[in-house]
Amino acid sequence: MTNETIFVDKAIIPQHLNFNNFAIAWTKGNFAVYFFNSAIYTVCVVLGIVLIASLAAFAFSRLKFPGKDIIFYMFVAAMMIPLPGSFVALFVLMNKLHLTNTRFGYILCMINVGLSMSILLLKTFFDKMPRELEDAARIDGCGKISIWWHVALPLARPAIAVIVIFNSLSVWNEYILATLLLGDSQLMPLQRGLMVFQGANSTDYPVLMAGLTMAAIPIIVVYLCMQKHIVKGLSSGSVVG
Amino acid sequence: MNSKAKAQAIFKDNLQSFFFILPAFAIFCVFYIYPFLNMIFLSFHEWRGIGPMHFIGLQNYKELMGDNLWWDSMVHAGYITLIALTFQNALAFALALACDREIRMKRFYRVVFFIPPVLSEVVVGLVWNWILNPEMQNGQNIGFLNHLLYTSGFPQMVHNWLGDPKTALTVIAIVHSWKGFGWGFIMLLAGLQTIDKQFYEAAKVDGANAWETFTNVTIPMMLPVITVVVILTILGSMQVFVLILSMVNEGLVNHTDVPVTRILSSMTETNRFGYACAEAVIFGMILVGVSFIMKKLSDKVKQA
Repeated sequence: MTNETIFVDKAIIPQHLNFNNFAIAWTKGNFAVYFFNSAIYTVCVVLGIVLIASLAAFAFSRLKFPGKDIIFYMFVAAMMIPLPGSFVALFVLMNKLHLTNTRFGYILCMINVGLSMSILLLKTFFDKMPRELEDAARIDGCGKISIWWHVALPLARPAIAVIVIFNSLSVWNEYILATLLLGDSQLMPLQRGLMVFQGANSTDYPVLMAGLTMAAIPIIVVYLCMQKHIVKGLSSGSVVG
Repeated sequence: MNSKAKAQAIFKDNLQSFFFILPAFAIFCVFYIYPFLNMIFLSFHEWRGIGPMHFIGLQNYKELMGDNLWWDSMVHAGYITLIALTFQNALAFALALACDREIRMKRFYRVVFFIPPVLSEVVVGLVWNWILNPEMQNGQNIGFLNHLLYTSGFPQMVHNWLGDPKTALTVIAIVHSWKGFGWGFIMLLAGLQTIDKQFYEAAKVDGANAWETFTNVTIPMMLPVITVVVILTILGSMQVFVLILSMVNEGLVNHTDVPVTRILSSMTETNRFGYACAEAVIFGMILVGVSFIMKKLSDKVKQA
């Protein structure tokens, strides 16, 4: 569709499809860059969360050290207490650390956003996991790290799938931190890019719709493929919570 | 000697274990605890983001108490929440009840209803921004809704839906409910499926009709799930703002302000970081208070 036909076509199915808009969005609308950035952020944040959260959850579930309970309850409390407008203080912090307009800074912030929930979910999973395999590994002389890597992580695959999906959705869809922390259009993810494009070309709807489609399709595909895990994650949350 | 070596081994073991949580703990302290404390600290100061910081005690909070724009925004969020609680949750519950029965294409509905929640607020907001666009171009309505109203014979209903303070919030609340009902639907359906079918059979044997079964079996059994859904709806709806930012594009208009957009504009438009933090602290306390009251209420109902 073009800008003329979007309003003239009264047929529900447009008579002629025009994939040109995707090309325009991809090149002139800078959406290639936005898309690439979103992909980088999602992959890095999710990888970081899985590693960091599984290490911590494994320790909270299996290892003994002083202060364990207090630290764990801090994470639980962080998940329960709503912090609206925490972006103000985060923005101040990132300015102080000179991490605004860096990929690294945004990735760290987003890892923090998903961390508590992921630790809690993984810890619950580890708690229910049988210990026999770990004991066998220990007798064979495995250290804690190799038990985590070779035994606990592979067994936790169902829980990790839930974490990967939920965090991918939340990073891909994140808007406000991207807006405050990333002013450089070469670093912006898709959600931010869409708003910038809309602000600059308020009535170029066909190209905007092409951009929206690009932002929505990967999420819908992931959702349709992983639908079972999402329902499982949600319902376990509602029954436990 | 032996006990010293033992103590050392325990210390080493503890240290090793602590390294497992160190990355998580470090990120948590820097990006959660510190900003949290700093937010409270800043709320007692007048600060423009750069330059000197002035301690002004409770001045920000005092000003906030008399700030009409702020309390209006709170009323707006409350209105959106009210619609989400009634309209959105009733819809979610009704659909969950329907899908709990043996109906055709059950799985299809389960998949489809959860598509709006997985889409981002920006995508949903911008699509509705187009649908509700009030402008005209070449004698045609740009917005799909107005176009539809015009061509299907209701030209008198063509309206600036988001520009009119009377309709804006309702429209936003409906879009928000449309985006969000899938969450409640999935959670309530999961809850319904955990109810033992024996209870329904027992009710049937006792001669209960459908309504009595619903109020005496379904509702009490579902109370924990309903409580979670209600609390999540309140927290989610009170804090909605990206949807509003993307739906209303002509900058921030006061009649669609909600608390988070107030915080945002205190920070980015007037550069009053201290005031923004005071707003965030008050709003956070209100949210914690509301969810605490909801939890207490449901505990009381459970006991009765």
